[in-house]
Amino acid sequence: MPTQSRWYIRTALIWLVLAFIVGGAILISRAQQWGSIGGALQPVFYHLLMVGWTFQLICGVALWLFPVLGKERPRGDERLTWAAYVGLNLGLLLRALFEPLLLLMPGALASWAVVLAALLQAIAVWLFVVAIWPRVRGKRSALPQRRIS
Amino acid sequence: MPAISRYAIRAALVHLALGVTIGALLLANKALPFAPWIWSLLPAHIHMLLIGWTVQLAFGVAFWILPRLSAEGDRGSPVLSWLIVAGLNGGVTLAVLADLLRLLGSIALPGPLELAAFVCYGGVSLACARHFWPRLAAITLPSS
Repeated sequence: MPTQSRWYIRTALIWLVLAFIVGGAILISRAQQWGSIGGALQPVFYHLLMVGWTFQLICGVALWLFPVLGKERPRGDERLTWAAYVGLNLGLLLRALFEPLLLLMPGALASWAVVLAALLQAIAVWLFVVAIWPRVRGKRSALPQRRIS
Repeated sequence: MPAISRYAIRAALVHLALGVTIGALLLANKALPFAPWIWSLLPAHIHMLLIGWTVQLAFGVAFWILPRLSAEGDRGSPVLSWLIVAGLNGGVTLAVLADLLRLLGSIALPGPLELAAFVCYGGVSLACARHFWPRLAAITLPSS
């Protein structure tokens, strides 16, 4: 398994654990009737599970298993997928911290942090799509065909 | 990777890019409200990312990787597989179209379009079960 896939999948596992901690906090806040805290955490819980865990796990496995491009650069330009990794996780972290804050204590800092989180995650996904697109290919087209004379 | 998987995975990547773009606009709008109408695209965001991306990617990879039906590499009915890809993309398109029409003030059309999307999803689920069931065979190792 390539290094990038290990980073993606291990980080996905960390988000999975964090998602269930947030899920637990939502349940406790409901049981204790802590007002709007549960509601503020709900979108964060969904996105930690779907973006942090599911999407990132898919990325890690796709980078590992999809057909390679050739011998010299089998996985294409890895700078794109590293940039996607950083953007995705930084964006998700900003979202997890500031989206609940935006609802509980609105302010300029939380607003701009959430906008930055949205931008980082969108750019990260576009970078990943650009990076993985050429690897969605058949086995025969992966390597140049040898001419038989 | 077979052609059906390539088409399904590439379509899934398109849904991913579009769905995440809508999601980013929704999140940014939560922080700095610039277009209140954008919230009506929340169902489109969910349809594109859950069905268009996740389910379609799973189908594309499963079609490629699951055990084949014969030593010749038979992956099952190509007609049924193309119908699954068409049903997934058709269903998501109809659901998104229903959202857009609702946004434009249409009252009569969104309901039937959503029903048609639901029929597409139901057909896809039955077709997937029919297609993949025989491919989930246990591997028989030669006896020593």
